[in-house]
Amino acid sequence: MAKDIHGMVEKRGSGLWLTHVFMILGVLIIFFPIWLAFVASTVTQPEIVKPPMPLWPGDQLWENYSKALFSGINVPVSTMLVNSFIMAISIAVGKIIISLLSAFAIVYFRFPGRNFFFWMIFLTLMLPVEVRIVPTYEVVASFGMLNSYGGLIFPLIASATATFLFRQFFLTIPDELAEASRVDGASPMRFFLDIVLPMSRTNIAALFVILFIYGWNQYLWPLLITTEPEMNTIVMGIKQMFPSGDDVAEWPVIMATSILAMIPPVIVVVSMQRLFIRGLVDSEK
Amino acid sequence: MNQRVTFRGWWLPILLIAPQVLVSAVFFYYPAGQAIWQSLFIPDPFGLSSRFVGLGNFEFLFSDKYYRASFLTTAVFSILVSLCSMIPALFLAVMADRLIKGSGVYRTMLIWPYAVAPAIAGVLWLFMFNTRVGIVSWYLGHLGYDWNHVLNGGEAMGLVVIASAWGRISYNFLFFLAALQAVPRSVIEAAAIDGARFWKRFWTIVLPLLSPIAFFLLVVNIVYSFFETFGVIHTITSGGPQQSTTVLVYKVFSDGFVGQDLGSSAAQSVVLLFVVGLLTIIQFKYIEKRVHY
Repeated sequence: MAKDIHGMVEKRGSGLWLTHVFMILGVLIIFFPIWLAFVASTVTQPEIVKPPMPLWPGDQLWENYSKALFSGINVPVSTMLVNSFIMAISIAVGKIIISLLSAFAIVYFRFPGRNFFFWMIFLTLMLPVEVRIVPTYEVVASFGMLNSYGGLIFPLIASATATFLFRQFFLTIPDELAEASRVDGASPMRFFLDIVLPMSRTNIAALFVILFIYGWNQYLWPLLITTEPEMNTIVMGIKQMFPSGDDVAEWPVIMATSILAMIPPVIVVVSMQRLFIRGLVDSEK
Repeated sequence: MNQRVTFRGWWLPILLIAPQVLVSAVFFYYPAGQAIWQSLFIPDPFGLSSRFVGLGNFEFLFSDKYYRASFLTTAVFSILVSLCSMIPALFLAVMADRLIKGSGVYRTMLIWPYAVAPAIAGVLWLFMFNTRVGIVSWYLGHLGYDWNHVLNGGEAMGLVVIASAWGRISYNFLFFLAALQAVPRSVIEAAAIDGARFWKRFWTIVLPLLSPIAFFLLVVNIVYSFFETFGVIHTITSGGPQQSTTVLVYKVFSDGFVGQDLGSSAAQSVVLLFVVGLLTIIQFKYIEKRVHY
């Protein structure tokens, strides 16, 4: 009997192939823009400017990618890639470090102003960079940090989300562990390094995936802060590759750059899928 | 907060919390304060002095028909982006949930767009709909439809909506799929015994169970379309034609940096501050109530 009920609900029989058809169709439609960009990055400019462009890759892959990487349009794409890596990794690592430290302070200490600081950090959630662009730009400019990694990184490095997440996690660490290390006479930092940090490994990794993508995909802030092409990040640099007037854009090189810009975050997301989904769900809670 | 074992001392915790507090103060609170302060003044054309105008900037702002239009544009844009990303995502998640084998493969394929930056998504869609070389616009032309998002505001809006919604499909798909997989089997089985077919079960049982997550996603998607779609709009339309795709965040940027109208830009920042505050409160009110998904 139980088996029959199971059979009624389970997914089999005539509907199944249709489900696969819908899924494949969905994947194809969603994938199409990426496929087209890839094709465009492997053909010549004349093949693109005379529509319709081919739908199957050509033989110019090496030419287009090496042109993009080593000479680019304003600046070699390899330079922009390096900038993007520095920015994304610094933002992710920086956010994680300062959030770990402040969450540790909030959970394991009672000190004057603790509640005030907690709310102060928490309320930064309401201040995304987009609502304070002009004054933040002025602050960074007054520090002489335009066109510098510091200017790219610091204004984006405070994260209420990460602090909140670590706080929630620290609250689940059994009190006995802290008690034991206190009885043993271990210093708070010993406890942090030997117990708390190793226990937070998975959370840190999951958060890293989300924050790396966040940092990599930044657009508005690098657009304001980096006026010199040498400091451009790849995501904001692509727009700068389009000609300003009526000239025809150099599509194969631009599309090769688009593909290069999406490879690192895609690799991170796909290869760390489980951590990524966990980080996504955690950081929205 | 709960009673916990704590360590003694107060200089160490202050030292630990200092980096974050410092960064927040310098790059968050001071600029936000500046925005509020500047919104009360009008700087002279040379930027040497400024005149206190109280709420004058705000009065001017709300009497400006372009600003009011930008509010409407933002509302239309964010609702369309939310719907265009949630409906396909829900459909795909329902399909994936029916499959036992292979849903992992589809999931891996479907999460790709999430990793693509909004600005890059903008470039990809711009390429397909480019009036000169775009393959979609070319085929549309052959079907007798003259696509031109550079001149036609409605088409421009459609394009930025699709380009913004595209990457969000992945995100919504993941949350919908997780929610669907959490629907108790027994409920579905009970309905099946009563003879309810798949779509009947979906409309009467599954969908109501999904409504909390759907509402959560709606709020998150609206926040996304407000604040993270700047890259899409900047790459595809730059707010045009005739400001038909100028959303609030884009206007702060274009008035502040391109137009150099600092008083107005600051006032707009303050208005946005209220909007974010409101959205955050809605989000938290909801999260408090949310038991599971």
